[in-house]
Amino acid sequence: MAKSAKKAALYIILIAVALAFLFPVFIVLMNSFKNKLYISAEPFTFPDSESFAGLENYTVGLEKTGFFSAFGWSLFITLASVLVIVLFSAMTAWYITRVKSKITSAMYYAFVFSMIVPFQMVMFSMSKLANILRLDNPLGIVVIYLGFGAGLSVFMFCGFIKSIPLEIEEAAMIDGCGSIRTFFLVVLPILKPTAITVAILNTMWIWNDYLLPYLVIGSDYKTIPIAIQYLKGGYGSVDMGAMMAMLVLAIIPIIVFYLSSQKYIIKGVVAGAVKG
Amino acid sequence: MHKNLKKYFPLFALPTLAAFLIAFVIPFIIGIYLSFTEFTTIVDSHWVGLKNYIRAFSTADFRNALWFTVKFTVVSVITINVIAFILSLILTRGLRGTNLFRTVFFMPNLIGGIVLGYIWQLIINGVLKYFGVTITYDAKYGFWGLVFLINWQLIGYMMIIYIAGIQNIPTDLMDAAKVDGAGAWQTLKNVTIPMVMPSVTICLFLTLTNSFKMFDANLALTDGAPSRQTAMLALDIFKTFYGRTGWQGVGQAKAVVFSVIVAAIALLQLAITRKREVES
Repeated sequence: MAKSAKKAALYIILIAVALAFLFPVFIVLMNSFKNKLYISAEPFTFPDSESFAGLENYTVGLEKTGFFSAFGWSLFITLASVLVIVLFSAMTAWYITRVKSKITSAMYYAFVFSMIVPFQMVMFSMSKLANILRLDNPLGIVVIYLGFGAGLSVFMFCGFIKSIPLEIEEAAMIDGCGSIRTFFLVVLPILKPTAITVAILNTMWIWNDYLLPYLVIGSDYKTIPIAIQYLKGGYGSVDMGAMMAMLVLAIIPIIVFYLSSQKYIIKGVVAGAVKG
Repeated sequence: MHKNLKKYFPLFALPTLAAFLIAFVIPFIIGIYLSFTEFTTIVDSHWVGLKNYIRAFSTADFRNALWFTVKFTVVSVITINVIAFILSLILTRGLRGTNLFRTVFFMPNLIGGIVLGYIWQLIINGVLKYFGVTITYDAKYGFWGLVFLINWQLIGYMMIIYIAGIQNIPTDLMDAAKVDGAGAWQTLKNVTIPMVMPSVTICLFLTLTNSFKMFDANLALTDGAPSRQTAMLALDIFKTFYGRTGWQGVGQAKAVVFSVIVAAIALLQLAITRKREVES
């Protein structure tokens, strides 16, 4: 009896917390269908016949922010950067783990060091340098993301590569594989679990990143966070209707991504935390 | 085999190294140099010694941002970790529906800072409306708004790390405690908490650095208002750089101070972890 009462109490706590977690998203969704004049005035009431705005907020918001193009740029930059980061970080990590020299160990410590330096330290000079080198476009920013993502990614790959027995690679070499084939045919497949972790951590970072793309490409190419911040504009007054609709559209891809690869995300985040 | 691999430096290491130099190493070095100069672009800088650092610390904005960030970090680290740990204890009891709750609690962690900021602006202003104020009316509203926001964002993340830690405790240890007649509280205090200390270290580090470096959500939720009272360090640095011509050098000096503090926190954390590893 006491046991089931305790169980019920635990469920009540869990359900209350779960509702508190879902509540903000639900309120935003509900308000996205309300006329913009009613949102700030009555955010917690359901839309009625007077305040219901249909899809107007969505059409207005899409037009104001250029959301579809922002979605396209976010998708392109995230996918390209993550692909480049995973591939090149894995190659570099293998190289600096297997070739022991002063240069490679200096590189390793520089990568580790870069993880703790806050972005504000380099934001000004980096965006100027990117500008000078003509990296201020959606393709060039991939290079910048490789540079910033390399720290954590190389570090995580190195941690894993150290645990791979050398004999596996030596066997491949005896069988006639050169360094390149050994890496792509033998090492890279073994690295797959770490590669998934690295990919997930970088995806979450780059997809949501605001300041870096804002400084490097923000005036010409808007990603989703930039498009949303752009709605606020310089005049202080925000179209709350469009804002709600765009918040909903920004959350949908995240929820789809989360629900479709939840298992990998949670595993990846735990692995990343433990090693990082 | 190493000799053979060594000649492939241009293929294996050079692309990452080049990008790393462009994005991080060179800007980092220029950044340190610029903090001792007055400039509007990189090429027109001239040396002013420690003037920028003195100006940084003599402005009330920066001291205020530093104090605000420290207060915010202390409150957030405590609330996030306590709530996350309690939830992880509940979710490791084999209740039905555990996975569903875990999914819900972790979800906000995937939402980026800008979106989070505007979501919470709506909620908090909606609540404060009943008191006739908005979030930018007084710095204390902004402070607690940011605390709520970061709790919502990070509780689920820390919770899954604690869950992993608790699940790693050998079951025979728990059984032994039970055989010895330990109650729930004694088991928690003498078995569970000491055994999850590695997770505690990780979670403290993650919440500490995430709170301390917060920028996006701060920009979206309050943008520092009223005046600059709710601007945390990262936002204050951004506003010094891009809000006021002639102050870029001061912004860069503030960024160097910020980096030193973050590095000090990280090194302190590392030292504590090392010590614990030696002990165990």
